[in-house]
Amino acid sequence: MSGNGNGHAYKVVLGYGTCGIAAGATAVKEALEQEVESGGYDVDLDIAGCMGLCFKEPVVEIFDRDGCSVVYGDITAKKVPQLLEEHVGKGQVIEDWVVKKSEDPNACDGDFLANQLRVVLRNCGKINPESIEEYIEIGGYEAARKALTSMTPEEVIDEVSTSGIRGRGGAGFPTGTKWGFARKSPGDEKYLICNADEGDPGAFMDRSVLEGDPHTVLEGMILAGFAIGARQGYIYCRAEYPLALKRLDIAIEECHQKGFLGENIFGSDWSFDVKVKKGAGAFVCGEETAMMASIEGQRGMPKPRPPFPANSGLWGKPTNINNVETFAAIPWIIAEGGEKYADIGTEKSKGTKVFCLAGKVRRTGLAEVPMGYTLRQVIFDVGGGIAGGREFKAVQMGGPSGGCLPAEKLDTQVDYDQITAAGAIIGSGGMIVADNRTCMVDLARYFLSFTQDESCGKCTPCRIGTKRMLEILERICEGKGEPEDIEKLQILAGDIKDASLCALGGTAPNPVLTTLRYFKDEYEDHILNHKCAAGSCPALITLYIDAETCTGCAACVKVCPTDAITGEKKEPHVIDAEACIRCKMCLSRCPSESIIAE
Amino acid sequence: MEQIKVEIDGLACEAPKGSTILDIARANGIDIPTLCYDPRLSPYGACRLCLVEVEGARALLPACCAKADDGMVIQTTNEKLERIRKTLVELLVSDHPMECQGCSKSGRCELQRLADKYGITESSFTGEVHEYDLHRENPFVMRDYNKCIMCGRCIRICREVQGVGVYDFVNRGFKAVPGTPYDRPMQETPCEFCGQCISTCPTGAIKARPYEDFGRVAALDMLRNACAYFKMPEEDMMKALGLESWVTRTTCAYCGCGCQLDIHVIDNKIVEITSPVMVGSGQGNLCVKGRFGYDFVSSSERLTRPLIKKKGKFEEAEWDEALSLVAKKLGDTKKKSGPDSIGVLSSARATNEDNYLIQKFARAVIGTNNVDHCARL
Ligand SMILES: Cc1cc2nc3c(=O)[nH]c(=O)nc-3n(C[C@H](O)[C@H](O)[C@H](O)COP(=O)(O)O)c2cc1C
Ligand code: SF4
Ligand code: SF4
Ligand code: SF4
Ligand code: FES
Repeated sequence: MSGNGNGHAYKVVLGYGTCGIAAGATAVKEALEQEVESGGYDVDLDIAGCMGLCFKEPVVEIFDRDGCSVVYGDITAKKVPQLLEEHVGKGQVIEDWVVKKSEDPNACDGDFLANQLRVVLRNCGKINPESIEEYIEIGGYEAARKALTSMTPEEVIDEVSTSGIRGRGGAGFPTGTKWGFARKSPGDEKYLICNADEGDPGAFMDRSVLEGDPHTVLEGMILAGFAIGARQGYIYCRAEYPLALKRLDIAIEECHQKGFLGENIFGSDWSFDVKVKKGAGAFVCGEETAMMASIEGQRGMPKPRPPFPANSGLWGKPTNINNVETFAAIPWIIAEGGEKYADIGTEKSKGTKVFCLAGKVRRTGLAEVPMGYTLRQVIFDVGGGIAGGREFKAVQMGGPSGGCLPAEKLDTQVDYDQITAAGAIIGSGGMIVADNRTCMVDLARYFLSFTQDESCGKCTPCRIGTKRMLEILERICEGKGEPEDIEKLQILAGDIKDASLCALGGTAPNPVLTTLRYFKDEYEDHILNHKCAAGSCPALITLYIDAETCTGCAACVKVCPTDAITGEKKEPHVIDAEACIRCKMCLSRCPSESIIAE
Repeated sequence: MEQIKVEIDGLACEAPKGSTILDIARANGIDIPTLCYDPRLSPYGACRLCLVEVEGARALLPACCAKADDGMVIQTTNEKLERIRKTLVELLVSDHPMECQGCSKSGRCELQRLADKYGITESSFTGEVHEYDLHRENPFVMRDYNKCIMCGRCIRICREVQGVGVYDFVNRGFKAVPGTPYDRPMQETPCEFCGQCISTCPTGAIKARPYEDFGRVAALDMLRNACAYFKMPEEDMMKALGLESWVTRTTCAYCGCGCQLDIHVIDNKIVEITSPVMVGSGQGNLCVKGRFGYDFVSSSERLTRPLIKKKGKFEEAEWDEALSLVAKKLGDTKKKSGPDSIGVLSSARATNEDNYLIQKFARAVIGTNNVDHCARL
């Protein structure tokens, strides 16, 4: 943005996405409003969606008249008076609280943002998502206006094809090709669906886009509807995203008022409207045939394909489904040109991808990087490496359908084909980082328990097969595994992949297969030696306190639910192995890391 | 209709465009195992038993759903497919009480047949097994979901054929199971007790309660179990036991639709009525009367001979005597009060031919147009 966009001396923007609110942004908002009012500061207060700095929420960004900004992190209501007094009142930056400064993008944790390239998230955290005016001010809806008034649908599809963008929902299917199928499919009545179900555990990029920049998604849908010939769009968004739903409702209402949605939009003879359909939070409803069943009012269960949605989708009509992130990139592609998008990335994977960094990484949050970055760049340069200075062990990519890649794969490029060849998938962009305290058998067990719970139960291999795999993994984690279990897992996994109806079952064995591929020794250690080297599986470990380093602070005593820890004050403590239930509550409490699990 | 040519297991086949792979295979005598398939219902693709390999396809295709394209080259069996099928049956068996001896579906159960085919007596997978309570809350349909294989056939037949929609699945994952809304007893749902769900359930999960409850069922069970044990078709077993016919194919007498019935008889008593699938006008579907309305047949109160009232009391008579009496009285009445003093009322339970004769009798013999029929009401 040039300038701070208004006549005030400063513009103060509070990160007000779900992550910010969860971290206490509502109290900060009240404090800001109160303080600005009572202090008489010359500022324009505003809110914005998630900036991706989840590890620093609540976040406040202050713009001066030149548009230079400073981002403060970990702001509390208590800090607000001092913040306004120093920065706005005296013009002094409070260096200790700074996350990032615009004139010095490499400062502090600014590496997190500096190493990114933001196309999809270009407006997130920058504009007020509840104001269409702010979106229009930065050029919003120009792409849609241009397309609807001066381009043919085929030209729009060509532009998208030129960009090379592939669907960001998981499968990575080329978007231009998909639109072409829907366009060519015969029929007057066609539908467009935006997949905002976002069911992968730990993934929140779609939520952040909807909360931070809902108009971009709507504009992408307007363009897609025009391109394929659909007059009605649906956004299928899970009910657990109340803020996203609220902002979508506001955005759709604003569009109606502006004539961007409804009859004869942008003064053209094209009509397009969007309805929001709330999902009940079933992972399987992210699968397109299950989603369409759900929109139709049936139980969300997948159906065999073919027929594909482009031929027979919602209510039997030709239908095109894309992910939130895919739609969010479309206005940029139409505005800037497909070629510019294609300049970013690798030969077969173009553009940028938003990743959700989570797990044992130092800086968690959203990271949008160009395709072609290596995993090492994403995890270490953007994410800042492993929290607590521990050792990197693996990264689970693509959520429960994806796979686990070990340290020797860190130089793999973020590219659909390379990641798939390594045994994982890009998927929707989940990256869960594991350190040497993470047990890989347990990690596989966790993901499988998720898919088993979320299986719709329709087909035999997924419903019973993943259950039996899970039970084998549970036995291994309990030290009751048998040597033949490994082969049994492998064979059953293969049959489940081949025989499942939809990709939920078809990919459910992947976390097991990749951990078996890269960390087979851990499985064997559990089965043959009854040991969990990561010190994670409760049945296979004992906890004890290192008397050398224990300071006797008694922090552990307070959390132990069975009173298994005893000791004099300031003297080394001991754990009664009999009484200890190995819940590991004490482990994270010890400030001197004296508690050892082996 | 446009024809397509495909090759199945090396055999050149021709079929109308739009046929599924399963249709074509079965029409050409090639058997593909199925569990969730019932020709009366829309294809579903859930059990995965019917997966086949199609040259050039990215994944295995369910033969019951996949439409054949012209020129397709299909393999319905090979080592991989058979291994997958065996795994699938083993998985189903791992959550199934394999107490077939006590189950009245034994011998007709589709899961049992497949377990036999793949030589599975015990699953190599062990783990949690469902323990649902039995539903025996009404006199017609009993449900034992411990035996359910989640084929969805009950749900589809009730919705698609019956137009009622009593069931749907509840819960997800391993805990998914069919059920009624809020688990209500079936008499508190719009259920018509047609028993269509019984007719399609491939296992012993849904059974006919009257059949289950009668003591003589034990005899039939014994017979069926013996058939299953000796792997002998029922007919051969019956011949071996010197029983001539214990299943009688007939036409339902309740209405003019003409649904085909298989009347299962033991010891000269009807124990169950089923309908052969895809045969006759009913295609294997029955209503509550056709399926369950048979207890009158061997009721002690059933009239089997004509009665004539003599001195204010009904007395059994011969047919000749009774018919002569009726003819005489009709003739007298016609003579005395004219033909229009007589009316003829016929029944929907009679066939069209019978009804035709009745009106002919009224018009030509009696000479009146006073003819009516209960279905007009
Ligand atoms: C079990 C399952 C869950 C899925 N969940 C999502 C989801 O939450 N969001 C999403 O966009 N796509 C999800 N997908 C992928 C969609 O089915 C579909 O491929 C995608 O929305 C297409 O959009 P795209 O071409 O823009 O990627 C899921 C697929 C499966 C099999
Ligand atoms: S693979 Fe799983 S989620 Fe998909 S249809 Fe089968 S049971 Fe349902
Ligand atoms: S008896 Fe008939 S109406 Fe009742 S649940 Fe079964 S199929 Fe539906
Ligand atoms: S009750 Fe019978 S018909 Fe219904 S899903 Fe279960 S096995 Fe299939
Ligand atoms: S018969 Fe085809 S999947 Fe069940």
